[in-house]
Amino acid sequence: MARVYLFLGLILLVLLCLPLVLDQYILSIFVSIFYYAYLGQSWNILTGYTGNISLGHSLYVGVGAYVSTMLAMHLGLSPWLGMFVGAFGAAVIGLMMGFLAFRFGLRHVYFVLITIAFAEIGRLIALHLKVLGQFQGLFIDFKPGFSNFQFKGNVPYYYISLGFVVFSLVAVRWIEVSRLGRYCVALREDEDAAESLGVNVFKYKMIALGISSFMTALAGTFYANHIFYLHPASVMSMAFSIEIILRPIIGGLGTLFGPLIGSFLITPLAEISRSYFAKAGFEGLHIVIYGVLLVLSVLFFPRGLFAYIKKALSPVLMGTKRPGA
Amino acid sequence: MSMSLSFVLQLIISGFLMGGVYSLIALGLSLIFGVMKVINFAHGEMMVWGMYIAYTILLLTGIDPFLSFGVSAAALFVVGYFIQRVVVNRIIEFPEAMQVIPMIGTALVFENGARLIWGPDYRSPSSRFALSSVFIGDIMIDVPRLLAFLIAIVIAVLVFLFLKYTDLGKAIRSSADNRLGALLVGTDVNRVYGICFGIGMACVGAAGALLVSLVPLSPHIGPTFTMISFIIVILGGMGSLAGAVVGGFIVGVAESVATIFLPSSLKQIVSFSLMVIILLFKPKGLFGR
Repeated sequence: MARVYLFLGLILLVLLCLPLVLDQYILSIFVSIFYYAYLGQSWNILTGYTGNISLGHSLYVGVGAYVSTMLAMHLGLSPWLGMFVGAFGAAVIGLMMGFLAFRFGLRHVYFVLITIAFAEIGRLIALHLKVLGQFQGLFIDFKPGFSNFQFKGNVPYYYISLGFVVFSLVAVRWIEVSRLGRYCVALREDEDAAESLGVNVFKYKMIALGISSFMTALAGTFYANHIFYLHPASVMSMAFSIEIILRPIIGGLGTLFGPLIGSFLITPLAEISRSYFAKAGFEGLHIVIYGVLLVLSVLFFPRGLFAYIKKALSPVLMGTKRPGA
Repeated sequence: MSMSLSFVLQLIISGFLMGGVYSLIALGLSLIFGVMKVINFAHGEMMVWGMYIAYTILLLTGIDPFLSFGVSAAALFVVGYFIQRVVVNRIIEFPEAMQVIPMIGTALVFENGARLIWGPDYRSPSSRFALSSVFIGDIMIDVPRLLAFLIAIVIAVLVFLFLKYTDLGKAIRSSADNRLGALLVGTDVNRVYGICFGIGMACVGAAGALLVSLVPLSPHIGPTFTMISFIIVILGGMGSLAGAVVGGFIVGVAESVATIFLPSSLKQIVSFSLMVIILLFKPKGLFGR
């Protein structure tokens, strides 16, 4: 294991030094990579580890973004504090939905549908609130300063988003090896069996959903203070929920590094193809490619890329021989 | 309340007529779910293709969508058969939740494929029957809506008759009831599934053509219709064909009447809330088996 930590430490060191050599555009792509990796990881806690697919995670991003922004605009509260208020609010909404869904025994597709319904109701409400700018959206004044969570240039956003990723990796690793993680995986594999062995299935699904929605909402504050414009169509839409789930699925559901690997692969492709295809007059083509990737990855690599990378690296890092080699 | 009774009646009737088309859309979804236990997350997106095919025919030849809906249906049948064999058939054995993801991928391909071909703008082509209306007392009924309703109901009845009385229809129903049993008596289940998916798509394709003169056309209205058809099917009971038809009428009328209380952009909140309540308290739907 020591070699694994050494390897990860080296990667982190390289990532910490990158802003010294990279230009602003490349840095902005890295910010996106980290942002989506963090969102994917937060979603992964619920879906990857407990098996309950949520297609409504954009709701939590939206709540986090709007709550912290409203608190900053109207009460002058620093987004650094507001983001926890927003995350708390998102967790309350998530747990309300979870309470209903899990108490009434909604599983599989029924759970997917209730997450969509909640997110869509949230989006429609946000779209009609005057204070959120309705159909025009909400523009956020640019007032750079640490306490405002707003900065000139991409370097601070780079380090903050990298911090988010490291935090999410540590949190998920902690969950993975804890009793909570073991119970979640047990109930993912067979809920009835886990329950019959005495696992409080309801409780652990609620905890996973609470952590997942809380962490997801934190990213909303980051988004608001990085993009300076919020509209329910971009932060609370189903399309955004799909963006969130794409990377962990391709990287590997229910794995520690799946979301990050998926994001390193997909995000640059998405950014480059988006601008390239739009320039060439093929707007929407990059989403067609997303769609094809989603289909192919589930059909042919249902375990995700991480499984392959792990297999390739484990002889080097773990000092073990490949089984059968 | 100064709301006149005839205004409310008008809304109810207009919602009821729209509900007929909703029924046809949901019939396709429920048939596919009932037989294959797969939820077609690309349902509304495929309907949009039916719309664009009818729209293109209207542009190129001037033939009205109310006459060319058969072409949309046939084209979507072929697409449906193909999608079933290439994608859906490979995920039938997957855990239910994992089936969702490739179907969403398919939806993205259809939605944005339509955008690539036809562009992102809204279009409201004028049908020959646009703006014409008939009066019953002081209640106005617009003709395109009435026509769409009548054709949708005829198609739905034909689908019911097909399933009930033809050999292929019986094969579809037997594969739905007992896949293994159908295999054992020599049914080519894969072919039956392909045809069944094709029929589901043909229903939604025809419905799309019928909606061309009622709903402004854009590649991005697909997800909304996917959601509407989910709501209807959950209301009626997943896999219940009669439930889909009745659910279509309920949602059509509910959405229409909701515009009395809510701006029309909010009327979907009513539908989604309805969906949550049904999911929680009656997950098998009103007519579920």
